[in-house]
Amino acid sequence: MTSSVATTQHSPPPSKKRSRKQIPTLALVAPSVIVLLLWMIVPLVMAIWFSLQRYNLLIPENREFVGLGNFVFILTDPALWTSIGITLILVASVLLITIGLGTLLAVLYNQDFFGRGIARVLAISPFFVMPTVSALIWKNMLMHPVNGLFAQITRGLGLGAIDWFADLPLLSIIIIVSWEWLPFALLILLTAIQSLDTDQLEAARMDGARPLALFRFVVLPHLSRAIAVVAMIETIFFLTIFAEIFVTTGGGPGLATTNLAYYIYLKALLEFDVGGASAGGLIAVVLANLVAIFLVRSVARNLDT
Amino acid sequence: MRRFRFAKVLVTFLIGVLLVQLLHACSADPQAAKKTRLTIATVNNGDMVVMQELSNRFTAENPDIELRWVVLEENILRQRTTTDIASEGGQFDVVTIGSYETPIWARRGWLKPLDSLPAEYDVDDLLDPIRTGLSNDGKLYALPFYGESSMLYYRSDLFEKAGITVPENPTYEQVGKWASQVHDPANGVYGICLRGKSGWGENMGFLSTLVNTYGGRWFDMDWQPTIDTPEWRKAISFYVDVMNDYGPPGASSNGFNENLALFSTGKCGMWIDATVAAGLLSNPDQSQVADRVAFARAPIETYPNGSNWLWSWALAIPETSQYPEAAQRFITWATSKEYVRLVAEKHGWIAAPPGTRTSTYTNPNYQQAAPFADIVLNSIKSADINHPASKPTPYKGVQYVDIPEFQAIGTQVGQRMAAALADRLSVEEAIERSQKVAQRFMRHTGYIE
Repeated sequence: MTSSVATTQHSPPPSKKRSRKQIPTLALVAPSVIVLLLWMIVPLVMAIWFSLQRYNLLIPENREFVGLGNFVFILTDPALWTSIGITLILVASVLLITIGLGTLLAVLYNQDFFGRGIARVLAISPFFVMPTVSALIWKNMLMHPVNGLFAQITRGLGLGAIDWFADLPLLSIIIIVSWEWLPFALLILLTAIQSLDTDQLEAARMDGARPLALFRFVVLPHLSRAIAVVAMIETIFFLTIFAEIFVTTGGGPGLATTNLAYYIYLKALLEFDVGGASAGGLIAVVLANLVAIFLVRSVARNLDT
Repeated sequence: MRRFRFAKVLVTFLIGVLLVQLLHACSADPQAAKKTRLTIATVNNGDMVVMQELSNRFTAENPDIELRWVVLEENILRQRTTTDIASEGGQFDVVTIGSYETPIWARRGWLKPLDSLPAEYDVDDLLDPIRTGLSNDGKLYALPFYGESSMLYYRSDLFEKAGITVPENPTYEQVGKWASQVHDPANGVYGICLRGKSGWGENMGFLSTLVNTYGGRWFDMDWQPTIDTPEWRKAISFYVDVMNDYGPPGASSNGFNENLALFSTGKCGMWIDATVAAGLLSNPDQSQVADRVAFARAPIETYPNGSNWLWSWALAIPETSQYPEAAQRFITWATSKEYVRLVAEKHGWIAAPPGTRTSTYTNPNYQQAAPFADIVLNSIKSADINHPASKPTPYKGVQYVDIPEFQAIGTQVGQRMAAALADRLSVEEAIERSQKVAQRFMRHTGYIE
């Protein structure tokens, strides 16, 4: 019985079919497009609106339209330029470390050795630790100058202890973030390496290629696409690193680890300067777009070839 | 057929939703109508945790009130309460705020005045400086839960061994000398621990008192920042030098809690900080040096003014609270004499909330349990928010400036000072940049041209 119903449904009159086709696709897509636009545009418009006002939450009576005053105030703040510089250093160095080490480890983990499965799981696990938690682990258990593991070891060797977050704050953050994201690069590059045709390697070896040359001329070109994708995804996340800085150094000492995200946080939630923070946010949007255009272009070039 | 089945499923689902709603309404409604639910935002300090624990006594006496706690770390608490109150969110019925915020928020009309307190609350029993700090135009806007000033803690065993006797009113020059005498990093004891973590309520709290007593101030009478002055230079140089030579490693990330942990595990020879630590350091349950800690007034240098600060954590009712009457019942209970007695009964007199009531200090039981009681009381009484510096100031407040802009300035100056402590900036650079930052901000907000 069900089948008979189904068959009748499967053959509707042709006229109906045509009318259905005539419904413009725009009408069907419209709801989701509108929701998405609202989702994107409302916060953006509000940020632009607030950025044109002198608006401090604590001084409501002082609220007025100031035009580009907030932008002038923010752009003449030396701290903003420091924070943009730090953001770029942070992104670039963590990208270098994760991709460099990630490629190396991917090649290593692709070899056959005893306990490879366990080793792979261990190498990938840092990625599953929450940023705040890993920051706390590094701060209190590893890098603490009095109680930390590193200090215990160096002191045991008679070298004294490094006060990581005071002496090398940016390097400490770079180490922590790299530790978190290395597994991601490793994971993607490892799958890419596994898709490499072994016949090619074999042939190259027959032609007398040394391992280094094999890596340079066969493996690396094969990986270039995966590397580009890793770089793009990681950049998006590294531009907004916050939890690691908030937990460990609090942007300091001084401004040594204040990146753009932390700078905006300072403006918005420690100074309650809504106008200034919105202006900073818009500057961050511009910066992110600049970086994105660069990256998308280079990735697109890679994908074409 | 298929459509029918689908319709059936849909109808069953809807009936199910309806039933759940009905059941929920039946069970929850009468309760919700009967009980008033107060949402209380508070800070995660030890005394507040005790309050949370003892509040079942309050709910037993007031069965119509239910308490919901939002316990947060100090900075986060400030963010949450400020954004909520400034945007009239109405999320909280009781907020925990300090003596910095209270008058500012009262002037904005964000807090309910507390002028109809019951007679047995005995407002006159509250310590005068604390009460003034929580008032605006003579009206009380928050009730103090505990009050504090600052004082010097030192290790009596180490000082005895080095042959030092500490006078009741030490000077910073002496402190610098003593730090060198008790400094013994080979045995894990550092000469002196001081706040280094940046923030207007962290390192700047202490540094403001240091600057005050070296003769400096934040602003002159025209609201021009006065950071690049010889007084500031001398004070900050002293601080950076003594901490570099005799401080613990990692000092630039130590706040109150970190230093408390260091001192109570015997790693500091001296510590200048809030008086509220006295009770914690003398409590053998929480401190390994409970029998060896000794107390003195906060050191002074050229001027005695403003060398010890004045702060209180207090409970206030936002104007947006839905149940102001119930909220007032709760805050009068939590800051009453009975509450102090209740804490003493459960945790001993040493744990009683300090610094708020004369009756606590005249109580012989408290005086016996707390050898530091007199120093704390005198420090609080001598702290004068109206005259914090040797020169006249346009502002009130010893370790803060009572304008809303101060949070931003204090935070930014604090960052530069932490950088100086971590040796990333010279003292001179830190001072100059701080002066520029403060000027920029005062110009932006229209205080100066």
